[in-house]
Amino acid sequence: MDLLLNATVNWSRAQFALTAGYHWIFVPITLGLAIIMSVMETMYVKTGDEKWKKTAKFWQLIFGINFAIGVATGIILEFQFGTNWSNYSLFVGDIFGAPLAIEGIVAFFLESTFITIMFFGWNRVSKKMHLASTWLVTLGASLSAYWILVANAWMQYPVGMEFNPETMRNEMVDFWAIVKSPVAINKFFHTVTSSWGVGAAFVTSISMWYLLKKRHVDFALRSILIASVFGFTAFLLVALTGDGSAYEVTQKQPMKLAAMEGLYEGKEGAGLVAIGLLDPKKEKYNDDVDPYIFKIEIPKLLSLMGYRNANAFVPGIKDVVDGGYTLPDGTTALSFHEKKEKGLVAHQALADFQKAKSEGRETDAANYEKVIRENYNYFGYGFLEKEEDMIPDVPLTFYAFHTMVMVGGYFLLFFAVVWYLHRKKKLESMKWLHHVGIWSFALAVLASQLGWVVAEVGRQPWTIQDILPVQAAASAVPAANVKTTFFMFAFLFSILLIAEIMIMVRQIKKGPEE
Amino acid sequence: MITYEFLQNYWWFIIALLGGILVFMLFVQGGQSMLHSLSKTEDEKALVLNALGRRWGLTFTTLVVFGGAFFASFPLFYATSFGGAYWVWMLILFSFVVQAVSFEFEGMPNNFLGQKTYHRFLLFNGVVGTFVLGVAVATFFTGSEFTINKVALVNLLGESNVMSGWDNSLHGLEALGNLRNWTLGLAVFFLARTQASLFFVNRLDHKVLQERSRKFTLYNAIPFLVFFLTFLIWTLLSEGYAVNPDTKEVFMEPYKYLNNLIEMPIILILLLAGVVSVLWGIFATVFKKSYSKGIWFSGAGTIVVVTMLFLLAGYNNTAFYPSYTNLQSSLTVQNASSSKITLEAMAIVSLLVPFVIAYIFYAWKALEGKRLSLKDVQEEGGY
Repeated sequence: MDLLLNATVNWSRAQFALTAGYHWIFVPITLGLAIIMSVMETMYVKTGDEKWKKTAKFWQLIFGINFAIGVATGIILEFQFGTNWSNYSLFVGDIFGAPLAIEGIVAFFLESTFITIMFFGWNRVSKKMHLASTWLVTLGASLSAYWILVANAWMQYPVGMEFNPETMRNEMVDFWAIVKSPVAINKFFHTVTSSWGVGAAFVTSISMWYLLKKRHVDFALRSILIASVFGFTAFLLVALTGDGSAYEVTQKQPMKLAAMEGLYEGKEGAGLVAIGLLDPKKEKYNDDVDPYIFKIEIPKLLSLMGYRNANAFVPGIKDVVDGGYTLPDGTTALSFHEKKEKGLVAHQALADFQKAKSEGRETDAANYEKVIRENYNYFGYGFLEKEEDMIPDVPLTFYAFHTMVMVGGYFLLFFAVVWYLHRKKKLESMKWLHHVGIWSFALAVLASQLGWVVAEVGRQPWTIQDILPVQAAASAVPAANVKTTFFMFAFLFSILLIAEIMIMVRQIKKGPEE
Repeated sequence: MITYEFLQNYWWFIIALLGGILVFMLFVQGGQSMLHSLSKTEDEKALVLNALGRRWGLTFTTLVVFGGAFFASFPLFYATSFGGAYWVWMLILFSFVVQAVSFEFEGMPNNFLGQKTYHRFLLFNGVVGTFVLGVAVATFFTGSEFTINKVALVNLLGESNVMSGWDNSLHGLEALGNLRNWTLGLAVFFLARTQASLFFVNRLDHKVLQERSRKFTLYNAIPFLVFFLTFLIWTLLSEGYAVNPDTKEVFMEPYKYLNNLIEMPIILILLLAGVVSVLWGIFATVFKKSYSKGIWFSGAGTIVVVTMLFLLAGYNNTAFYPSYTNLQSSLTVQNASSSKITLEAMAIVSLLVPFVIAYIFYAWKALEGKRLSLKDVQEEGGY
């Protein structure tokens, strides 16, 4: 591949990471806050207590500010698949486009219609209609998350499809296999419950600030009650769904799991690294340098999580590259070179198939098609050059994963403590906890971002697992153009983020209506 | 039995309809483009902003759904146009990104950029968003510069493996060099402003703004009609991109779009009916002082006209996204669509659309049983 296109791929990746990263600052807050404000409004409708209404209205105002910038940063993501990843769009659009379209039809209209009633309908519709609208906004946000995660999960675990050499694209053969993919289901619950946790941390953070300043104390305590119960429950679910995600990754993306754990040499009864420091001297996947400077491991847990068997063999990076180990289905794993060879056979057969078709040699075409089908599972390896190309950035994936898990554990404890102290009516006087609560929100955002770093960096080089690497997925737009739009969006989104924070801070300082 | 061909045509119709609804909903952008010229005082500005601000989300959503549906049903178009005409789509997207925050942020204290900047964002979206969308749609008739070579994916010579490439370095901006594209761009821009004026006449409980909006209807309708008719007549009299139904070869046919109209009389009738409906909405509002329902006639007419224009571009053996640098790379409803199973699955999902329209209508009625006044804005809070 020429250098120009290489630069285009790198800038396209940078742009997607930038826009997705910005977008994901706002989305978890939206998903979490939506439930919290809906619960608060439900309390108002059930009890008739005006203080609950005031509480719900304040959080809806904050929700609105956050929602707007979430929408602004989100639109570019959908269209970027076309603008910057045209080969990808052409190659899998038959499958990938459907969840995006469904997201629009079933989720976006729901959100955009009922959000207007939520904001402007307090004096125009009945209490119950207003409450229903608020919950419908919440439902819309969650449905939107589901469909986009179905799309993302399919990239990580492509199911329900068949390659059609005539149209040169992957085509859908089983809609329900895509929609009900175990990776999608796990990803949805893990992502949404972690977003609930971020929303709860957000509400707690602002409420703690009010307690610290001794302002709006009743409002703050009400908000913390809902947020701490909700946050604790959310992080419990995050732990459960995280286990499910780890299982799916082990089964479907062994290289990603190995990178998450910094596991170079596979072993039976593998332990899960609780804390570890990677040795930067480890430069090659097959050198003799020990990957860790130090590590504290929980024995056998990785095998147990990944295979539901404490003694199971977990392949390391070297194993995935070199092959030779036994896969769960009893077959022997192929090496990189064997996969690459099969990928190239599929490429050649595809080129021959197209030529035979254009020349009307149908029998030859049928034979080539058979070869393509036999080797298609390794199609993507034909685009890779060397072993290292199939290994993601190990330190980034490893540290992102472990920091995320640690922060998750911290929040479980944090919300339990806050909930307990709230029940004991001791929260108001604990200044140190107010400070901790305020700053913990930053940790929640960090963990949420890191979750996506694990998911997306850990699956490199693939846009579609084993089928299409990033190198073969980009548009033919010169790197200078993509670089320009990268900086345009970097500048614009940064400015908008500053604006959002400034507006929010002012509204928070102003506080709920008295 | 539902055939593949039926599904392909069905989905082209859905895309056409979504395009029609999107162009109608661009009245929000039209209103943004005349925020300063229509409203003279701060109160008037607040009222105009609030009337539009309660609608922008639906326009935005329609654009996103239009994009998503196009991706799902005609992925080859999505890859070719978006990945090729990069700057056209980036300009459109950029204008919608800045719009999305502007209504919410402009009136907020401590908003960093100042209210005027957000108003400029709205103006930018109102002018550039409508005009460039119009230009982009015009290329469905005038053509673009691209080549598709799918086998390049496995180019074993080590060259670029991009399957759809743009044939110039301007990446879409070359469309601005075609006068016919300009006429549709300007027509969409002035149509959006005309519709916005009609919308204000219908929605605002404010005498001065209502009267001014009536005048603005006329001021914008005249250039709209001039540019739209120029585009339409020019297109009908030009060569078009025809497809040989047997060989699938694309070739230039004189008066192709006029022939399409003659050969598809239902489209001709609906197109004319749509134009009449738009004209009725405009003229009744301008000349009958108490008449305020023009937006419904004009809006429905717009949806029908735009839908028919899309159908004209894609039906009757016509290439809907033609390439004039490589005719045989042109996209047709047949060669650019998704597989049968995808179209079937999406067709089932599309059955939800009437339900969506029903709850949107219900929500509108529930929220806006009466016109919007300054008092409402002050009592309910707003932008």
